[in-house]
Amino acid sequence: MRVTRALMGMPVAIELVGGTESDREALFSLFAAVDARFSTYKHDSEISQLNRGDVSLERASKEMLEVLSLCEHEKTHSGGVFDIRTPDGTLDPSGLVKGWALRKAAQLAEHLGYSDYWIEAGGDIQTSGRDEDGNRWRVGIRNPFEKDSLACVICPDARGVATSGTYLRGTHIYDPRTGLAVDSPYVSLTVVGPDVYEADMWATKAFVLGEDGLALLARMNGFEAYAIGHDHTVTTTPDWNSLVSA
Amino acid sequence: MNKLYTAVFIILAFATYASVHAVQDSTAIAQADTASVQTPTVTAPQETPTPAAPAQSPIPTQTTPIAEAPAPTKKGIYTDGTYTGISADAFYGSVQVQATISGGRLTAITFLSYPQDRNASRAINQSAMSALVNQAISIQSAQVSGVSGATDTVSAFRQSLSSALAQAA
Repeated sequence: MRVTRALMGMPVAIELVGGTESDREALFSLFAAVDARFSTYKHDSEISQLNRGDVSLERASKEMLEVLSLCEHEKTHSGGVFDIRTPDGTLDPSGLVKGWALRKAAQLAEHLGYSDYWIEAGGDIQTSGRDEDGNRWRVGIRNPFEKDSLACVICPDARGVATSGTYLRGTHIYDPRTGLAVDSPYVSLTVVGPDVYEADMWATKAFVLGEDGLALLARMNGFEAYAIGHDHTVTTTPDWNSLVSA
Repeated sequence: MNKLYTAVFIILAFATYASVHAVQDSTAIAQADTASVQTPTVTAPQETPTPAAPAQSPIPTQTTPIAEAPAPTKKGIYTDGTYTGISADAFYGSVQVQATISGGRLTAITFLSYPQDRNASRAINQSAMSALVNQAISIQSAQVSGVSGATDTVSAFRQSLSSALAQAA
């Protein structure tokens, strides 16, 4: 049974095959705790307190320190393409927190003894094993031009899936190197990576980099990508088809 | 291909119209960008007073500012008035918006046509890029465990809005 709740400002869906309600609740609690700590929309969240200076970094929780040091690592290794410092000087780690929380939830599921699950937050998905009928999980990629229609179906198995895209309210992805909103050649970019945290980080970075991002992913082991352009063309990495469901 | 010729014709016709009615003011107008439109007021669809083609016609309309307005007020970068954008192809239909400028600023956007035609068998163009594989979007109604996805495209909306704002400049 898959249960969906609104958390972290997005739909979070959890399915533990053969799982108990209390184990599922444990995973939802993890997302709720992440939300309470990292939401920049919550006045009393740890990140908001840090940004106001109400609390200093020396007193930060270990989860906060873990996330902030991951952010620093990502910034260094991406040449600044990923940077959580906002134009007004505050820190907003939400671009990393989504994938990080999903990875933590998957780790918790494994710790609780599950090897068949579907854990999803805001379009990013981590699957493992098989569904309740014993079949491979099948992930559809939304066609951004036609509501309720799919562009492609893949079986990611134990790999992570993340999709970056432009939204109706206006582009929301900024290139930290320039401070400008990204004018991407793509409407939608789906990345499959070793796990959902990696997939999510690369979906964000590659979207900022545009065609260069896709070329980079084509050269990286363990990653595949599927990009949909404004002109309705699709460009993929060379081995994308190995993921496509028959 | 007909669509391309039609689009090129519209662009040339518009360019000719624009050059004939060039605004004397030399203020440079930045490329109209929906990112700079923070909170457009989207009003409900209404009958357009401008001489537009019927809503179901695929031929985009020519655009004309409201003729009866007295000497337009020019405060901001835009001249007050109501401007109808081109009917932009959103693949599954067309999007056409009407922009209202008052006090030199964009104050309302009205959708004149929404995408309604969901023709799933329309062909998709392909383009070539070396080192990467290209394929057409294949629209499938297969059974899936779930969906990973981006949300709606905004490009057709932008095209129409840009063309409306370009006339207001």
